[in-house]
Amino acid sequence: MSIFITLAIVYELGKEAWLFFGSPDVTFAKFFGTTTWQPGIGHFGIWPLVTSTLLTSLIAICVSLPLGLAAALFLSEYASPRARSALKPILEILAGIPTVVYGYFALLFMTPLLRNIFGDQTVEVYNMASAGIVMGIMILPLISSMSEDALSAVPRTLREGAYAMGATKFETSIQVVLPAALSGIGAALIIGISRAVGETMIVAIAAGAGPNFTFNPFKAAETMTGHIARISGGDLSYNSIDYNSLFAIALMLFLVTLVLNLVSQWIVNRFRERYE
Amino acid sequence: MNPARDHYPQGRAFQAELNARYRAASIWQGLFFSALALAILCLSALLYNVIDGTFGYVAYEYKHDPSEFTPRPLDTLNKQELLDILKSNLSSGAFNKLNNEKPMEERSRSDLYSLVIERLIQLDTKQTWPLTDSIFRSKAVRAEAAQKYPKARLEFRSWLTPQFLVSPMSSKAEFAGVRTAILGSLWMVGIAILFALPIGIGAAVYLQEYADKNFINRIIQTNINNLAGVPSIVYGMLGLAIFVRALEPLTSGSLFGVTDSNGRTILSAGLTMGVLVLPLIIINAQEAIKAVPDSLRQAAFGVGATRWQVVWHHVLPNALPGILTGSILAVSRAIGETAPLIVVGASTFISIDPDGPFSKFTALPIQIYQWTTRAQSEFHAIAAGAIFVLLALLLSLNAAAILLRNRFQRKY
Repeated sequence: MSIFITLAIVYELGKEAWLFFGSPDVTFAKFFGTTTWQPGIGHFGIWPLVTSTLLTSLIAICVSLPLGLAAALFLSEYASPRARSALKPILEILAGIPTVVYGYFALLFMTPLLRNIFGDQTVEVYNMASAGIVMGIMILPLISSMSEDALSAVPRTLREGAYAMGATKFETSIQVVLPAALSGIGAALIIGISRAVGETMIVAIAAGAGPNFTFNPFKAAETMTGHIARISGGDLSYNSIDYNSLFAIALMLFLVTLVLNLVSQWIVNRFRERYE
Repeated sequence: MNPARDHYPQGRAFQAELNARYRAASIWQGLFFSALALAILCLSALLYNVIDGTFGYVAYEYKHDPSEFTPRPLDTLNKQELLDILKSNLSSGAFNKLNNEKPMEERSRSDLYSLVIERLIQLDTKQTWPLTDSIFRSKAVRAEAAQKYPKARLEFRSWLTPQFLVSPMSSKAEFAGVRTAILGSLWMVGIAILFALPIGIGAAVYLQEYADKNFINRIIQTNINNLAGVPSIVYGMLGLAIFVRALEPLTSGSLFGVTDSNGRTILSAGLTMGVLVLPLIIINAQEAIKAVPDSLRQAAFGVGATRWQVVWHHVLPNALPGILTGSILAVSRAIGETAPLIVVGASTFISIDPDGPFSKFTALPIQIYQWTTRAQSEFHAIAAGAIFVLLALLLSLNAAAILLRNRFQRKY
C-alpha cells in the first residue's frame, strides 16, 4: 500500500508536470533560467518561488538550530531528571500546535513586533522575516528533541573520561559529547530544513501573495508552498497551464524533501553504531 | 607532606585560568538555559496572543435603534414575539428566503434573536481592542472610542461564547460560529480514520510478523519513513489529482445518485487525510507490535497456534494500547492539518451543516486561515476564538493519548 502511494504520488505529479513541461511555451531553460513567474501570461521562471523558499527556510534554521541545540544540550547535560520531565512536555506542546495557529501568531504578533523594531518603512505588512522566524519556532522542538536523542546516546564513559581529566561540564559537553553526537545533530538539521521547505500555512498567511524575486527578508514574497495554496484555493480550471504548473512545483518540492530525508536517514544509519 | 600533591599544577596563573574556565562554563550554562527559556517564552507569547485576541472591548453601532421595533428591551422577548417582529418588519421575499433555508418555527430563540439583530437592527462593528489594552488602558480606549465613533456603544465582550460554538458560519463576525467547521472536521477525521486504521494496522502486522528481512521489505520500510516526511501540501496535490478528479464519480457521489456536487467533498478530504496519516499509523503500530515480547509469541507457537492465531489472539491485544495511542496522535495531526484541505478544495463559506460524505465542507483550521487573512480586526478576534477551540480539542486529545499510554503501559 505504501509503495502504491509513493508510486501514485510520483506518477500523478509526474504526469501533470509532464503536461506542463510538454506544452509548447515551456522549456527547461525558461523554467530554470528566468526570474519571473506568471504562468498565465507565459513567464515560467521558477526562481522567485525558490529564492523565497530558501530565504524563509534559512531564517528558520538560523533561529532554530542554535536555540534547539542549546536547549537540547541543557536538557541532556545540565537538567536534573525532575527538571527534564517538567520541561520536555512544554516543547512537546510547542510541537503539537497546528501550523495555521503559527500563521496567526506570525501575522498578528511577530509582524507588528518587527515593524515596531525596524520601522514601518523597512518592514512590509507581509514579509519573509516574520514567517521565517515563526517557522524557526515551529521546527525548534523537532531539532531539540532529535538532538537530545543523539546527545543522550553518547555513552557515559566518554563523559566520565573527560571529567577525570579535569574538564568542566561545559568543556565536556562542547568538546566531547557534541562532536560524538554530530551525526545525529546533522540528521536533525536536515529533517528541519526539509520541514521548513515543505511548510505551507505560515508562509501562506504571513509571507505575502505574489511571487517576488528579492533577497530582502523584509519584503513580501511567495514561496513554492504558499503559491500552491493560494492558486489552488481559488477557482481553478483543470487542464489549464496554471493547474499543471502547480504540479511541476509540487514535484520539485517532493523531490527536494525526499532527497533531504534520504540523506538524513543515510547519515543516521551510517554513523549510528560507532559505540556499540 | 603528600607527595602526590606536588604533581598538580599550582600557582597564580593556573588559578586565574581555572577561574576563567569556570566562569565560561557557568556563562554558557546560562545561555543554554536561556535558549530553553526563550522557547517557553515563545509558547507563552503565542498563547497570550490568542487569549489577548479572544477578549476585549468592541465598539459597534446600531443602524436602527431597537426601540423602533419594540418598546421592551430585546433580550426579554420570547421566541414568538421575536418571530412576530421579524415577520412584520422584513420584506416578505427576505422572510420566505430565510424560511426556506430552515423553517422559522423550528429555529431556536437565540437563532431568531441574532436574526433580529443582524437583519433589522443591523449591528455594525467599528473597531475591536485586545484584552491587555482593554484592561490596562481602559480609559484611553474609552476616550478613543468616544472621539472616533460618537454614536457607537462600547462593550467588553468575549468572542468565545457558547453561541460561538453552536452557530453556523455568517458573513458578520459577531454572529459567526464554528459549528459547521467542527462538524466538517469531525466527519473528515472519521472518514480518514476508517480508511487509514485498518490498512495501517494490516501493513504494520505484515511488516512486523510476516515479512522476511529481504531487500524489498527494507525498501518498503524506508519508503514508509520517507512518506512520513513528505510535505502535507504534496498530499493535497495527490488528493486533488486522484480523489477529486480521477475518482470524481465516486467521491462526488454521482455513482450513488447524488447529483448536486462535484469531487470537492468531505469524502475526498477524508481520504486525502487518511493517506496523509497512514505512514504515521503504520510506524506507531509497528513500534507497538515490536514492544510485545517474543516469549509471548513463542509460548503460543509452542501450544500449537497458527501464525494467524498468534497475531490475532496474542500480539494484537497486547499491542492495542500502543496502536490506539498512535491513532489518537494521528487524529490530532489530521485535525490540525490545513494545507491539503485548501488544495483539495474546502469551501470557505458554508452555513449549512454537512449532512453526509458527499456534501461540501469546511473545517476548523480552514476557518482560522480564512478569518486570519481578512483585514477587519473583528475577524481576527473570532480567529483567536476558533484557535482556542482547536487548541482545546487538540490538548484534550493529546492528554487522552498520554493517559491511555500510562494506564495500559505494561512492563514485561
